[in-house]
Amino acid sequence: MIAAHGLTKYYGTKAVIKSLDFSIKQGEVVGLLGLNGAGKSTVLKILAAYLHPSAGYATIAGQRISDQSRQVRRLTGFLPDVPPLYLEMTVATYLQHVLHLKLGRTDKSQAMIDAAVMKTNLASVYHHCLGTLSHGFRQRVGIAQAIIHQPAVLLLDEPINGLDPVQIKEMRDLIKSLRQQHTVLLSSHILSEVTKTCDRILVLHAGKLSTLQTASSAALYCEVRDNPKTVLPKLAAITGVERVDSHMSAAGSYRLTLQTSRDVRAEVAHLICPFALLYLKEERHDVETMFHSLVQEGGKTQAERMNDAVYHSA
Amino acid sequence: MLFIIQRELRHYFSTWNGYIIAALALLIEGLLFNAFAIGNTAKFSADVMSDFFYLASGITMVAALFLSIRLFAEEKSSGTIMLLYTSPLTEREIVYGKFISAFVYLSIIHILSLYMPILILVHGKISFGHLGVGYLALSLIGAATLAMTMCCSLLAPNQLLAGISAVCLLVFMLILWLLAKIVEDPFRTLFVYLAFHNEHFTTLSRGVIHSKHVVYYASVLVFFLECTVKTLQVKRWQG
Repeated sequence: MIAAHGLTKYYGTKAVIKSLDFSIKQGEVVGLLGLNGAGKSTVLKILAAYLHPSAGYATIAGQRISDQSRQVRRLTGFLPDVPPLYLEMTVATYLQHVLHLKLGRTDKSQAMIDAAVMKTNLASVYHHCLGTLSHGFRQRVGIAQAIIHQPAVLLLDEPINGLDPVQIKEMRDLIKSLRQQHTVLLSSHILSEVTKTCDRILVLHAGKLSTLQTASSAALYCEVRDNPKTVLPKLAAITGVERVDSHMSAAGSYRLTLQTSRDVRAEVAHLICPFALLYLKEERHDVETMFHSLVQEGGKTQAERMNDAVYHSA
Repeated sequence: MLFIIQRELRHYFSTWNGYIIAALALLIEGLLFNAFAIGNTAKFSADVMSDFFYLASGITMVAALFLSIRLFAEEKSSGTIMLLYTSPLTEREIVYGKFISAFVYLSIIHILSLYMPILILVHGKISFGHLGVGYLALSLIGAATLAMTMCCSLLAPNQLLAGISAVCLLVFMLILWLLAKIVEDPFRTLFVYLAFHNEHFTTLSRGVIHSKHVVYYASVLVFFLECTVKTLQVKRWQG
């Protein structure tokens, strides 16, 4: 649904994002995580056809954003970090205005407004002036204006910014409920919230992108003396093993790294014992640890960083 | 485009700004009309009308400036410009929609000022041709000022700078006839033609319609509207 190819953006001579490549499938809720100033908003603005990339391109539903911006703008709903509200308008007139801007006058106008109001739970303030609403309600109206025209893609920039704990939970539930009809990309610098809300996290740091799974995963690190080439397919076939990497160490031994979703130590030990097992250790990683290691040691892949950490400590 | 016009007109009618601008414009226009156009000496009705249009032109320019200064600057400061930038509307639809809304509101102020020519009609004799051409002149100078100010509103980073730059531009256009006095041809002729008020408006305010003057105001109007469209096209992709 969303794809970026070599997306780069310079502000003056400074590259905020560099050659980003990623894709997001239909119906996914993906978090864009990064420190302040990492370029999260820039990515969202490019996808919302609000900012032109310096190099590379992005597509929404197969349509190239810079070439077919009008169509793309109909396909996307965008909530910027500050909701774009006309404070003198009521919720009703504002949503009607936004819908008309996006789709023109349609027969289904009232039905679409009612659907957005119901999803965002705005019925109690429907005839209230936007200027009189609390921050939480304004944020809800911001989401309502983004989903009012039932776009395929929703881009939410810091949707939980400034909300209290109750409002954060409500917003989380709201975003989760949107996954049925929209592909959602949301940016945030609050790790715990992204973890609870999203299927997958893209970490943006120093202009580059890495992917994290939100479910806690584990890595199994093994070292053997003999070349385990013949057993690699068997290791990869074990249920729960998602990926197997192998490389030769400077000392001439062979290091294996297995990304796993369950405890597979017994099966792995059984298979690699004939190759003279030197070392075997499982490390469980929560998302926070992985995020911190990503932002502290940008540039290396996740496997490389974990390898370094584990074998050096061993 | 209709939705932009509706929203902007709704803004003029739902906030104090629109009412204050209209009330002050009509109040000052009425006071000036009473003090200078009617005055204490006996005058021909046609002269009173010409004086009325002359005074009303100044009020129209100031009112137009206040009406259009917010059109883009306010949207930028409140962040609502994002709604327009990420909507499927073309730049031309946005610019012309905003212009038409301000022009409609300015026309309402003009309609409300009609009681002054009616007073002249009651106490004297006026030509309806003079009245029509005079109001056409007011509409043209108002529309040109709206377009000029709207361009400044988009270019400047905030409303204050937009106001200052619009006033500077307007004053420059107004005093071109003075500059014409100190330069020689062909600049003299050029400056006289480009001067915003002097020759063009005075002729029209006397009830004399000449295509040269109408074309001048129409050119200024289209030039600044298209400048605004081009600027918006560039700014839209700059975020």
